[in-house]
Amino acid sequence: MSVGAPAAAEIPDSVVRHRLSGEDAIRWTLVAVFAAALYLFLLFPLGHVLWRSLLDNSGRFIGAANYVHYFSTPAIAASITNSLFVSAAAMVLTVALAFGYAYALTRTQMPAKGVFRVAAMLPLFAPSLVQAFALIYVFGNNGIVTRATGLNVGIYGAKGIILAEVFYCFPHALLILVAALAATDARLYDAARTLGAGPLKTFFTVTLPGVKYGMVSACFVVFTLAITDFGAPKAIGGKFSVMATEIYNQVSGQQNFTMGATVSVVLLVPAVLAFIVDRLVQRRQYALVTSSSKPLVPERRPLADWSLVGYCALVAGFILAIYLVILVSSLVHRWPYNFGLTLKHYEFDTAGGYRSLWNSIRVAALTAVAGTALAFGGGYVVEKCKTAASGPLYLLSVLPVSVPGMVLGLAYIFTFNAPGSPLNALYGTLAILIISNVIHYFTVGFLTATTALRQMDAEFENVGASLGVPFYRTFWRVTVPIALPSIVAISMYFFLNAMVTLSAVVFIIAPGTELAAVAVLLMDDAGDTAQAAAMSVLIIATGLAVRMVYWLAMRGITARTQAWTRRVAPEGGKTA
Amino acid sequence: MSAAVPAQAAVALEGIAKKFGAYVALREITLSVSAGEFICFLGPSGCGKTTLLRIIAGLERQNAGTVRMSGRDVSGLPPALRNYGIVFQSYALFPNLTVGRNVAYGLETRRAGAPAITRRVDELLELVGLARHKDKYPAQLSGGEQQRVALARALAPSPALLLLDEPLSALDARVRQSLRHEIRGLQRRLGVTTIMVTHDQEEALAMADRIVVMNAGQVEQVGGPTEVYRRPRTPFVARFVGQMNFLAAVAGARSGWARVGAVELRHQAGFEAVPGGALTLAIRPEEITVGPAALHGDNRLTARIAAVQFLGAFTRLGLAVDGDGGTALECDVAATAFAELGVGEGADLPIALVPDALRAFPAPGPAA
Repeated sequence: MSVGAPAAAEIPDSVVRHRLSGEDAIRWTLVAVFAAALYLFLLFPLGHVLWRSLLDNSGRFIGAANYVHYFSTPAIAASITNSLFVSAAAMVLTVALAFGYAYALTRTQMPAKGVFRVAAMLPLFAPSLVQAFALIYVFGNNGIVTRATGLNVGIYGAKGIILAEVFYCFPHALLILVAALAATDARLYDAARTLGAGPLKTFFTVTLPGVKYGMVSACFVVFTLAITDFGAPKAIGGKFSVMATEIYNQVSGQQNFTMGATVSVVLLVPAVLAFIVDRLVQRRQYALVTSSSKPLVPERRPLADWSLVGYCALVAGFILAIYLVILVSSLVHRWPYNFGLTLKHYEFDTAGGYRSLWNSIRVAALTAVAGTALAFGGGYVVEKCKTAASGPLYLLSVLPVSVPGMVLGLAYIFTFNAPGSPLNALYGTLAILIISNVIHYFTVGFLTATTALRQMDAEFENVGASLGVPFYRTFWRVTVPIALPSIVAISMYFFLNAMVTLSAVVFIIAPGTELAAVAVLLMDDAGDTAQAAAMSVLIIATGLAVRMVYWLAMRGITARTQAWTRRVAPEGGKTA
Repeated sequence: MSAAVPAQAAVALEGIAKKFGAYVALREITLSVSAGEFICFLGPSGCGKTTLLRIIAGLERQNAGTVRMSGRDVSGLPPALRNYGIVFQSYALFPNLTVGRNVAYGLETRRAGAPAITRRVDELLELVGLARHKDKYPAQLSGGEQQRVALARALAPSPALLLLDEPLSALDARVRQSLRHEIRGLQRRLGVTTIMVTHDQEEALAMADRIVVMNAGQVEQVGGPTEVYRRPRTPFVARFVGQMNFLAAVAGARSGWARVGAVELRHQAGFEAVPGGALTLAIRPEEITVGPAALHGDNRLTARIAAVQFLGAFTRLGLAVDGDGGTALECDVAATAFAELGVGEGADLPIALVPDALRAFPAPGPAA
């Protein structure tokens, strides 16, 4: 029984140590492996970029001279303001468009929601170049609209980039906003109505405040996607230089690696800032939906429903038109002069041809496997093997989302193409492409995994321990089966992104490891726009086919291993 | 300082202290649990009872103190080497495994043959009355059934100690009632030493051999249910276990007497303040005598009935003691006895505060 009551100061600060067991050794090994992977493939390469931006091209340390040169050369410095401008414009337009679309999908009784939902997701399956190509085919110097009306809207430059980014980013913003709008409580609307609020007042006092965190999140995601995107500005930017294309020009065009590194570091700033602000804002988010919430069942409002059908049809029509234009242009002799059908553009005669497509599929499949293992394993290490390393590892794991692909690619050149380094062995292999994809898209996979792990009862491992069952057995028998839907979603996310990514891999492909998305870029550069379109069609078709297989597999998995749950497994469509 | 504990106590805690940062969750807890005993850690949320249970389980590591099980010092052992079974508030049943597989979970790594495991699983499911649910998944069972699966799973490897962390709090009142009896019966039959954490005093009174009442990281009292209820050692215990009326009083000149307002009252022995010093008197609502029975003996008062609250089996009266007006008492009268009194709100009622039931405590300090 308590006799004395010692003051807090008399209680030692350290806790009693438990004897180390074999399980602890395994735990620490996992932590070490995960930390080593993040260090070697993320932190160490990024350090290289920082360091190289302080050197001149012969390797002498020159301090901030590169930065001074960058900011004082108007032709290059313009890329900063250009990047900020197009990204901000794309952000405003995309979020506004996506909000209306998301509202229609979640808060109305409009018909054909499923069709609209699928149509909006199409851009996820295509490299960002594709939107730009379609715009050029329609509004470019030889575009069909330009030729039909004689009016050249000047699509090359800021206008074209912004439009292309809007459609490229649209599904990402839409997914966030749909989730935000779906998470609401019908009782709030009942309360507003009983208090005499009209529809407009309810919208501004209940609906908008409820989704403000989702709006902020969507804004940052779109801004980051747009400012780090390389494909669209490369294809349609013309002389309008943005930071991502500037890095490419400095490195690929002028072999000026130090200036490439300098622009990269500067490009990191807005991306990292956007990320930090987003995290801070999300921290203030409170749970709007509790276990006692009532789901909102939208009322039938014929006028609003049908106006929104019109709106969605317009947006979805635009998106479908993009892919239709690409498909048609790949199947006709010579857009827009000869619309006779042909398959000749599918007989690729340059840039790796079909080999690049097979490479892409292999890389994407292996990225899915390796990425899922590292993301789920890493999530498990951070969430369930609580050590002093958990905090730093978490931070490192969410860092990649704010590292632009161009920067990562450049970092990998510096790290893995360094003569004399043992890491050089990776250069020119498919492995380095897979690693770069895994790191590039790591954050979303990791966060999906930690979310799934946090939703699990924290006592599962403790129950196992109390019964003398080692943690890795509980991981295999319980954790993995329960998280299977998330694991499948993560692997699909990795696969689709690895199929379409351009920015990181464009620097590190080598003869023999060409990828389809890069081939599209190179064909376009070489003037083979029809072949570029054909390759784009194949990339999209592969993505869609794999998505179908995933969907079928998902149904099988749900039926077989998730028999214990009646709720439908959350499916697909995670975004950056 | 710490009392010597018998070497063979099933669980012996000595000087357990726990800090979370600067916050002290437990101070110097010393306690011993005999083999086969059913012990309840009872206290409000944040009192440290769950932390103490988790330290015994090895799921939380203490800053100071030792944990012994049957004489063996387990303070430095990871949970897997301590030999106990645990049932969590959430049950933490593995949702992807059937009931049978859940119960078998701790047996499968023990190199027992498959027939032996099946036999043990059947035996336990029989014991908790769930044999026919063996192939169902946890989500297909009711809350009470899930709770019993968790119990069977914890007991399957025949642990020396059973730990229960608020095992009934997620259930509705009726199921809770019946499970109390069931768990207690099972524990008696198996003779397994059991420690249960609860914030529900009724549950602790109904189930425990001994109750450890905790508050703010310290043990306030350890004792059997009757002892804790009848002889609370501190005002905290008096307030937390059951209902209690408190009266601010001033010690009289005679030992065992105190003055409340204008009335002089005789109280239990136990605590004495210096004459003229402040003290607190306490009596439970059902211990106040009312009506004709209150016309004889000590500590007679007249009270006015300020409020009548019908609570089914008994009626709770809000009484205002006359003279002072500041003193209010709650008094529980059996519904039938109240009907016999034939009085209602606003009526005057003779009452008596039987000296044997009138406890004396130190007056609350400025901090309390």
